[in-house]
Amino acid sequence: MARPALAYIVGAYEHPTRDAGDKTMAELQADVALGALEDAGLNREDVDGFFCGPDAPGTGPLSIADYLNLNLRHVDTTNTSGSSYLLHVSHAAQAIQAGKCDIALVTLTGRPRAEGRGKGGLVRADNPQQPDYQWEQPFGMQILNMYGMTAMRHMHLYGTTSEQLAWIKVAASHHAQHNERAFTRKVHTVEEVVNSPIVCDPLHRLDCCVVTDGGGAVIVTRPEIAKSLKRPLVKVIGSGERPQHQQGGYFEITTSGAAWSGKIAFEHAGVTPADIKYASLYDSFTITVLLQLEDLGFCKKGEGGRFVMDGNLISGIGKLPFNTDGGGLCNNHPGNRGGMTKIIEAVRQIRGEAHPAVQVKNCDLALANGIGGQLGVRHASGTLILERE
Amino acid sequence: MSERKYIEPQPSAETQAFWDGAKHGKLLVRSCRACGKAHWYPRNHCPLCSSRDLQWIEASGDGEVYSYSVMRRADPPYVMAYVTLAEGPTMMTNLVDCNADHIRIGDKVHVRFIETADGAHLPMFSPKGKHND
Ligand SMILES: [Zn+2]
Repeated sequence: MARPALAYIVGAYEHPTRDAGDKTMAELQADVALGALEDAGLNREDVDGFFCGPDAPGTGPLSIADYLNLNLRHVDTTNTSGSSYLLHVSHAAQAIQAGKCDIALVTLTGRPRAEGRGKGGLVRADNPQQPDYQWEQPFGMQILNMYGMTAMRHMHLYGTTSEQLAWIKVAASHHAQHNERAFTRKVHTVEEVVNSPIVCDPLHRLDCCVVTDGGGAVIVTRPEIAKSLKRPLVKVIGSGERPQHQQGGYFEITTSGAAWSGKIAFEHAGVTPADIKYASLYDSFTITVLLQLEDLGFCKKGEGGRFVMDGNLISGIGKLPFNTDGGGLCNNHPGNRGGMTKIIEAVRQIRGEAHPAVQVKNCDLALANGIGGQLGVRHASGTLILERE
Repeated sequence: MSERKYIEPQPSAETQAFWDGAKHGKLLVRSCRACGKAHWYPRNHCPLCSSRDLQWIEASGDGEVYSYSVMRRADPPYVMAYVTLAEGPTMMTNLVDCNADHIRIGDKVHVRFIETADGAHLPMFSPKGKHND
């Protein structure tokens, strides 16, 4: 296959920690940046583009560029919450194509456990200047109940059940058992998930992702540089993004931005969902995965519940292996932002470097998708399609 | 179980009329003279056609449950909801004075106002008819 590359991902690194009480955010940023550069066979001095989210402490990219002593000619601090890092890879590819940088570093770090936010309601720090603040905060809007309402309506419209949602956690847990760094390696059953306490109807405790510290980084570059390095070639062949919101009060919360970002990315890449061998899907909650499966076109709208049953997402068993590292549901959701780890596991799969127990055979085409913000009110979906060359 | 504490809404120049109306038991909705549609949440530009020719209309207060979720681990638990107004748009709100286990999507509801500590009146909804208990 000779599909044109937007750019190549040549370095990928997931921080091994899940609890960073002994590390600063800046130190974590340096750990992941240097880890990804080492993986690529590149040096700090080679980086001329830096992409980070608001997790990087300081004004935009400035403090961390200073801390790392990066000499840059292109920066981008796009923030769509957990999906930011998928957008960063897409934007890095565009910047590289436009000649604005040659070697782009994308970082994510977080330490919610260390900062004591590992427990409680994950209440967002909202600003009263936000036009939506007065219409949402007084009513107790939280991440949990936005996803809860989305799941409730999907169940109402399509007959989706808690048992079906539970299969998503079960599949993730089957993968996590092989990941020695996973936050939890316990293999779960459907019964265990649906019998865990309800936190916010209809979501159970085990429908929710883990809260972890750490992060990750990737390095994006142009073809000539990628081919000069010693790593397997991971080509970015398609990308798409879509912010989705309340549309003036006329919206359908069971359709995520992935319905748009996926279509753009697939058209861009010239491939179809049926061609995809492995999918990294954002798994803040089980319902998040279900919506992406439908909206990206892996099954029809409303059929996600049936699609995920009976281990259909388990590597070696099902039709569409997903989140073979254990995902955010079991392995790692650093800084409450799961986008970076989605990219990293897709890169491992394309390289053939996933754990042997979960490595997808001949994984030449993979998708990574992120949903940042909140389903049910405002979020942005980012899609990447990766191909082995 | 503790008494529910609400975050205060902090009205703006764009929305003061809404909160003044709420104090008098009126659910005001922004409606566009150019395209004829009501929108939510209220703003001075129509998000549907970009016109600035907007008026406040008093909504009937009738609506139906679009979706809901019971925040079980809050103290006290509360029912987050979207309600689709008879006037068209869907708004974020809470369901109150209802049995959380009996709520269904599509249930008919009617507005009522719940007062915060600082005296703001939050538009919330209660079931009409049989689920009232
Ligand atoms: Zn209008």
